Amino acid sequence: MPQLQIKKSSKQYDVCIVGSGAGGGMAAYTLANAGVKVLLLEAGPMYDPAKNVTQLKWPYESPRRGASTPLRHFGDFDAAYGGWELDGEPYTKKDGTKFDWFRARMLGGRTNHWGRISLRFGPKDFKHKSIDGLGDDWPISYEDVAPYYDKVDKLIGVFGSVENLPNEPDGIFLPPPKPRLHELFIKDAATSIGIPVIPSRLSILTKPLENNSKRGGCFYCSQCNRGCQVYADFSSSSVLVKPAMETGNVDVIANAMAREVLTNDEGLATGVSYVSKDDMQEYVVNAKIVVLAASACESARLMLNSKSKQHPNGVGNSSNVVGKYLHDSTGASMGGILPKLVGRKRYNEDGVGGMHVYTPWWLDNKKLDFPRGYHIEYWGGMGMPGYGFGFGMQNTNGKYPGRDGKQKPAGGYGASLKDDYRYFYGATFGMAGRGEAIAREDNYCEIDPNVVDKYGIPVLRFHYNWSDYEVKQAKHMKETFAEIIDKMGGVVTWGQGSADNDYGLEAPGRIIHEVGTARMGDDKKKSALNKFNQAHDCKNLFVVDGAPFVSQADKNPTWTILALSMRASEYMIDELKKQNI
Amino acid sequence: MDRRKYLKSLALGTAGAGLLIQQSCGPKESAAAGPVENKFTIDRTKEELIRENKLASEKFFDEHEMKTITVLADIIIPKDDVSGSASEAGVPDFIEFIVKDMPRYQTPIRGGIKWLDLQCMRRYDGDFASLPSDKQIEMVEEIAYPERAKPEMQPGVNFFNTMRDLTACGFFTSKIGIADLGYEGNKPNQWDGVPQEVLDQYGVKYDQRTLDIAVKFNA
Repeated sequence: MPQLQIKKSSKQYDVCIVGSGAGGGMAAYTLANAGVKVLLLEAGPMYDPAKNVTQLKWPYESPRRGASTPLRHFGDFDAAYGGWELDGEPYTKKDGTKFDWFRARMLGGRTNHWGRISLRFGPKDFKHKSIDGLGDDWPISYEDVAPYYDKVDKLIGVFGSVENLPNEPDGIFLPPPKPRLHELFIKDAATSIGIPVIPSRLSILTKPLENNSKRGGCFYCSQCNRGCQVYADFSSSSVLVKPAMETGNVDVIANAMAREVLTNDEGLATGVSYVSKDDMQEYVVNAKIVVLAASACESARLMLNSKSKQHPNGVGNSSNVVGKYLHDSTGASMGGILPKLVGRKRYNEDGVGGMHVYTPWWLDNKKLDFPRGYHIEYWGGMGMPGYGFGFGMQNTNGKYPGRDGKQKPAGGYGASLKDDYRYFYGATFGMAGRGEAIAREDNYCEIDPNVVDKYGIPVLRFHYNWSDYEVKQAKHMKETFAEIIDKMGGVVTWGQGSADNDYGLEAPGRIIHEVGTARMGDDKKKSALNKFNQAHDCKNLFVVDGAPFVSQADKNPTWTILALSMRASEYMIDELKKQNI
Repeated sequence: MDRRKYLKSLALGTAGAGLLIQQSCGPKESAAAGPVENKFTIDRTKEELIRENKLASEKFFDEHEMKTITVLADIIIPKDDVSGSASEAGVPDFIEFIVKDMPRYQTPIRGGIKWLDLQCMRRYDGDFASLPSDKQIEMVEEIAYPERAKPEMQPGVNFFNTMRDLTACGFFTSKIGIADLGYEGNKPNQWDGVPQEVLDQYGVKYDQRTLDIAVKFNA
């Protein structure tokens, strides 16, 4: 008897979904509620924020006071299991270029780590080539997606304000929370120099949703990143996968690392093979439709690793674009201290888990030396202390007069130092730009011919360079931040950029908005998917994560992943009914 | 609805909210934990528990080093009118843990203690921890102020900066440190904006539109 056996499931599913994040969760939810029988494969363990609790815990409940570990990169209290490196699951880089790849292996995937910033793409974002000649237009327009954004708003919930801005479409909003004190100062300063600051748009229930008794309202602990016990914020596990499972139409297999999409002699998908992390055995499951939602790069990896006679370049890749046009948001940040906030009165200003105000893109590129825009995120105030609290006091306490009005030498010890921590607490703030990079064919991931992971699956190799466009955008961010900080009477303490460090432009991948690796389009030679996220060369294969994006926009991708996944799922339901698939 | 009723309804009115009461109880087995020993009140995966148990079984600093760390921590954060000292807040144990968790700290702190002891042996003929407190303070004065320290004191300055960081962090993330700092959050509440007296203090106010569109709570 051979050592390695492949165990075949006799159960036939309508749809097998790989990945349980925003795209996979929404597909499971939409399909299951239409009576479609779904199998959901997830590469990590089950997770439920009501059971796997870090919310409302105190820093001392973690021996490292919430610091990062190799197993939970964003710290002990963060909901996301995973990090930039996973044990036994390497990725490589080519030609000395950089790309950092964040992976969360767990139910809900990377929706367990994000800012809940839920922005719709605007009309221009789908047709940017027609505006500036760069990249490509999407095969769909804002009007095609708008009804799905509406449905996502109503199903999941998002707060915000109606602003009638040309490229920042309003949604169906819950009421926003009032700004915190530092946010009022930022708003006053920025608006006085022509930079808009409006209520943020986050998928957090400032009011419980009507017709949904399973999710509670926000109780303002500021800890969405820890996962919410009452499901008052969006994460795919609690808001989509759990109710999808309750329909009885969804089976979830956790710790299932997908290896390949299997195809038949006609080139159609027949199912998925995976390795179970629980017993390291090989399994095959069958389905009429395979939906990839493993994250932009992981889905591209699966497609490229699924080679057959009919699909010699990997399934759905006769165009040879799979893996190409990879692009992440640009990012740069700066922060400082607001001297007028030292020695401030204490009160609970936790608020929601994230900023209460933000700056949408506001300028006309015709007057700028770079294409596309960025939005600005803000933070600051009297947060819960954690690992890193008080670090570098010697860089602060010598620069400003103390409580007694006298200047002290930097550093120090004893009662006077102890009081400095109290005195400067809550007076710091920061801001970060998140911008649109141009999708380029020569920024890509591909299969590394020499390296496999611990499951024997060939790994990804990245090749990515920023261009002048992105560097100039970062320069503009830094200039804008410095202007706002100056206007509000703040002092910059970190994040000054210069040409030597590309103005602090973060390495590609760092913003965790990577998209574009199986882009949609009308031309089969230049795109992998059609406008319904369906593979041109394999009609029962769909991709519903960030991979189908033609361009990224200066927005966070999650809300568009959700809308397009719902749209693709409704199309699948329709095609199944018509027996086209 | 008043605040008390609101929070009660939060705890009882929704499916998941009952857990808010439960979470304040003692340690419980994490769903993902399996059979590995779990003394944590925060979610730990099986892999994390294996790592935590391994760290808990190790010891890095010897008795003399721990004594030195304790003396230094209490010089950095002493007891005062508001709260207790660093050692009362468990800072030495936190530092012992953090150097095991983050091995990059091990050599700078172990080497820093050696450097300090050698300085003290030359000056006072005793290691730092066994000196009388006036001599300890005399030594600390040499390394606690980066901008006026003598160049030859630089290794001590770096060491003291690290000790200051870890001591302050360990203290202000402890129960007594959080109370000292006056952090008032980490509990269910309603955010209805900056308190009026604080707005008045800074001469700012919410504009009418902000008040009109913002989430409202029944008083």
